[in-house]
This record gives sequence, C-alpha cells and structure tokens, in this order.
Amino acid sequence: MDKVVTIEGAAAPLLIPNVDTDKIIRIERLMQNTRQALGQYALEVLRYDTDGRENPEFVLNREPYRGAPILLSGSNFGCGSSREGAVWALLGAGIRCVIAESFGEIFYNNCFQNGMLPIRLEAAQIASLSQASIPMKVDLTNQTITAGALKYGFEIESIRRDALMEGVDEITRTLRYRERIADWQNDDRLQRPWLWEPVALRRT
Amino acid sequence: MEKPRMVPRAMFGKIWDKHAITTAGDDWALLHVDRVLLHDLSGRAALKALADRDLQVLAPELSFATPDHAVSTAPGRTGTSYPGGAHLWEGLKTLSKSSDIRFFDVGERGQGIVHVMGPEMGIVQPGSTLVCGDSHTCTNGALGAMALGIGSSELAHVLATQTLWQRRPKTMRVTFDGELRKNVFAKDLILHLIGQLGARSGTGYAVEYAGAAIRALGMEARLTLCNLSIELGAKIGMVAPDEITFAYLEDRDFSPRGALFDRAVAHWRTLASDENAGFDREERVDASLVVPMITWGTSPEHVVAIDGVIPDPESAPDDMRRTAWRAALDYMGLQPGKPFIGTPVDWVFIGSCTNSRISDLEEAAQIVRGRHVAKGVTAWVVPGSEQVSRDAQAQGLDRIFKEAGFAWREAGCSMCVAANGEAVPAGQRCISTSNRNFVGRQGPGARTHLASPQSAAAAAVTGVISDARSLVHG
Repeated sequence: MDKVVTIEGAAAPLLIPNVDTDKIIRIERLMQNTRQALGQYALEVLRYDTDGRENPEFVLNREPYRGAPILLSGSNFGCGSSREGAVWALLGAGIRCVIAESFGEIFYNNCFQNGMLPIRLEAAQIASLSQASIPMKVDLTNQTITAGALKYGFEIESIRRDALMEGVDEITRTLRYRERIADWQNDDRLQRPWLWEPVALRRT
Repeated sequence: MEKPRMVPRAMFGKIWDKHAITTAGDDWALLHVDRVLLHDLSGRAALKALADRDLQVLAPELSFATPDHAVSTAPGRTGTSYPGGAHLWEGLKTLSKSSDIRFFDVGERGQGIVHVMGPEMGIVQPGSTLVCGDSHTCTNGALGAMALGIGSSELAHVLATQTLWQRRPKTMRVTFDGELRKNVFAKDLILHLIGQLGARSGTGYAVEYAGAAIRALGMEARLTLCNLSIELGAKIGMVAPDEITFAYLEDRDFSPRGALFDRAVAHWRTLASDENAGFDREERVDASLVVPMITWGTSPEHVVAIDGVIPDPESAPDDMRRTAWRAALDYMGLQPGKPFIGTPVDWVFIGSCTNSRISDLEEAAQIVRGRHVAKGVTAWVVPGSEQVSRDAQAQGLDRIFKEAGFAWREAGCSMCVAANGEAVPAGQRCISTSNRNFVGRQGPGARTHLASPQSAAAAAVTGVISDARSLVHG
C-alpha cells in the first residue's frame, strides 16, 4: 500500500449527493478485470455516453480536471455496496483523496485499506474549494487543505492517520494479539458453548 | 455469568462489550467475530488474498461459504452455467475446501443468498458478531446479532485473525408504535423510514428497531426490515431477540440442541436493551399510518406512497438535491406531478436478500393466484435459497407462479445486482423486491422501482404500477 503524506493537484468537483459504489464501478467490471485494470471504468456511467464515447460534459473529461488526484463531492459518497473495487477503480483513475460532506461507512473503511484519503468537510467549504485556484494541496501531517488563499483544517482519527502515513499492514499488527485472541476464544467456549459445539469440525 | 451492572445498557452495547478483546484510542476495539459468511465475490477474493500471502484461516469452523452472486439462476444450472462467474464459483469452492470451510454448492441445502442461508441454517445466533464482505450483512441483525458488512481486505483480516478493528458507532433506536395496516409490510415500513430520514441518516449509527409493530413482525419480516439498514446509511440494524426468534432458531442445522439450546435461550433473554438504556438518537414512527411505498428515483430515499404523485424537483430541499432529482427523473423516464399508479412496467423481479423468503413468496402468491402476468411483462421469481425453493415447491407455490406465467428460477442474487448476466434491459422499467434502485444496478440503463412482493405481484398481473390492496382476494 502506498503511503500517503501529501496530495497535490486539481480537485474535480462532482457536486451531487449519493454517489453510490455501483456508480463508481459496475459489478461486471469487477468480475472481468484485475484490480489494476479498473481505473478505465471508474465512474463509467458518468464518464461515457451509452455508445461508449467520452461524455465531454463530465468533470473528469474536462481540463483542468482530467487526471485530477482529488475529487470533491456531496453527501453520502460511496454509499451502497461494500465492493472494495470502488476504491481500486478511483485509485486506478488517479484519485488519491475524496473530499465529501459524508461517506458511506464501508467505502470509508475500505479507503484506509488501500491508501486513499477520505476527508469530511462542510458543504460550504466544499463549495468554496470547488471555486478555488489550482493546485490544491492536502497535507496529512498537518491535517490541512490549502488552495490559493483558502486554508481549511480537517479531522481524522489518529489511528487512521498513522496507518495511512506509515502504510502498516493490519493483519501483521493484529497477529501480535494472537494469544489474547486465543484466550478470549477459550473463555468463550466455556461461556457460550452453544456458539461453538454445533459448528465444531470433526477432523480426522 | 455477567455481573449486574448499575448502568443500563442497550443491546448493541452488551454485544460490543462482550466481544472487545482489546481497545485503542478514539473508541476503537478489536472485536471477536463469531461467524463469517463467504460468497463468490468477496469471499473468494478474501480467501485468495490469504492464500497469496501464505496465511491460514484461523477458525474455519466459524465460516460458511456458498455461491450466490455470480451463478446462473436458470433452471437446471450448474456452477459454471454462467461463464463469466465460473472462475468465481470454482475459486470459492476450491479455496473453502482447502481451508476446511463448509461450502454449500448449487443444488444442495445451504446454497443460496448468504443472508437468506445464514439465518435459515441457524448459523446466525442472538448475541453473536457476524461479518460478510457484503453491505447487506445488516440483514442478520434481525436475530439480535451484531452483523455488519465489510470490504474484502477487512474480510481477509477477519479470516486470518477472527477479529476486526472497528470504531464504536453511536446508537439509534427507531420505535415503530402501533399496528401495521393490512397489506402493509416490513418493506413498506423501512422504505417509509428511509424516505422520512434520508439515505445517510443512519451513517455512524448502530440502529435498533423496537416498538409494538416490530414485536408483531415474524422473523422473515424482521430480516427484510434490517436488510435495508444500510440503505438508511447504517452498517448495523438489530431487533431484540424474543420468543419469535427462539422459536425460529429451534432445530435449525447449526442451532444448539436439547439442554444446550435451553442454556442458549436463557442467555439470549438477557440481550434485549435494558429499560432506561440511553441511545444517542431516538426516532419514532406511527406504524399505523404507513401505506405501501415505492421508489421513484435512483436512491432509496427517493420514495413515495404508491398512490402518490411523482415529485417535482422544484420542491427539492436544496440545489444539490434538485440537481440529483432532475437527473433521477430523467434516468427513470418519469414526469413530475403525475400519479404513480398506471405507469407501465416491463419487468417484475421477486427475489433478493430483502424479499425472497417463503413468507415473501406466499404474500406475492396471494395476488398472483388465479391471475396471469400481463402481456408484455416478463416476471421472475428467484427464491432466496435452495431451502426456500424446496419449501415453496412443497406448498405448490411454484405452480401458482408458473401457471400465472412467471419464470420460476433457482436460488441466487440474480437480477438484484446483475452480476450473473441476468439483467433488466436498458430503458426498461422493473418493479423489484430488492434493495437498491441505483443507476445501472439491475443492468446498464435499467429503471428500478423498489417495492414489496405484493406490489411487485400487482404490477406483474396488471402490467402497470398498481395498488395491491385493490387486488387482494376476498
């Protein structure tokens, strides 16, 4: 996973609510393609017309937003399906940071598994950023967003920020608790045997 | 034995506290995961991610796998009938077996949509924690479990460690007072709520559904209710376990038996929220005022009473939503201000983890019996699981649907998500008992209206959006 410290570039305004993960990546694209090939299909229903041609009106098809590393959006970005491919597709399209009023929770969590930075801001701040001069700079160390004369701070949980900045592997980190997990399970087998006995595997 | 507590706790808090192995700052905890459901998309992906890293599944007896998304539901299908999903079916099967995980193959009891199969096999129990790489995992909270959807990386973490790092959500209780009217269903209740509160109102909350109207719901209706929690924005939706839950769980494949069942029930009785437990947010709905609901747009919050009119974007609460409403009406091919009833439909889909259980099929059959699918309408019934299919056939429900001109299919997700090639053609209008009306959800260009099985059946036999209450026999 790529470490995230600063992200700098254009911020493309996609100022609509409820950009769901089906809209971000169609399910059959996930089934037919490797993770690395998903970028071309990110936001497909908005980026292309029904005949497959680029929609010239769509923000990521217009200069100076083509290839923008930052996306601005409305409330509930990434709502819907848990598909992690939504994050992979946006990353594949070059987006490293999404700034929105709010996020679908599973999408939000998936971002941190993949080095994508999701930031929550107020609608008015997002509206101002969409009018600001380019480039915008997102600084995770200081938790600031600057664009021209605009400068906003943003909130992020320290556990999340550190994970993004260090690129830590969560499984390796959790396996350090192996003994405590085993102790918990042994206690639980005694406390709640009804959860364990009916599913026990008979190994030969 | 739990020590008596001075502070009254909500059901959610009791389950969370019990499962927290360790905690970190900002209310984070490492939670034990008691049950895992694996399907052919995320389940296979997570197992493969582990295998690629040479990591073992820590507790295979706690995971249960079945193909649902990418397998064909055509009668007589096999795991490879849909070529685009054959590698996913094969991968889930092979990786499950090599990890000692139970795998329920097509044609076997236990195969089906994970959130139909999990409860029906007794895999989901009150007070347990359950995850699946699927946002509709919240369905399983209907049994008084803490069930949540996660991504495939998080799922790989769970398989390797049997734990999940989570931030403790806030709690919301939605109390449905009063009694549901006749021919109004759990689907209508939850669509009504999403319409009232909005599709992001549950974000950051674990929601508990309570009140007289919920206590009166059967187990399958509670599963429908909890299924749409994620459409409210909440990863977790729950109903306190009660006699209905205990009766439902008795004699299921992986339920405890005999004295162990009695011990379990004694524990399950302690799970309900304590009297005077505090919630971060409380909402109340008068269930007796709820009528059959249907979605008009491309978010589940775009919902109105079925006898209502298509809304006008000019009346949207803000500019951003006005833009979204206009785009939704354009996509759906609808005119603002017109009545909904009478809108012609092309497809009817009865299925999905929302509404594909035996009671859903019975409710739809009440409308379909003795009638025929209208000319020009293609209507499908896709039972949620092999078990539902067998039960329906034993009751003769399949015959009622087939004689009426419905296609009777095999179990799977099918046209809810169109991952298996079963899609609504572009520009066609579908009344669907599923959970998402997103752009392209049922296929590129497909126009989806979410409603209850009775409303879907009513559209099938009349060819237009209809109020099922006017068609109920007797």
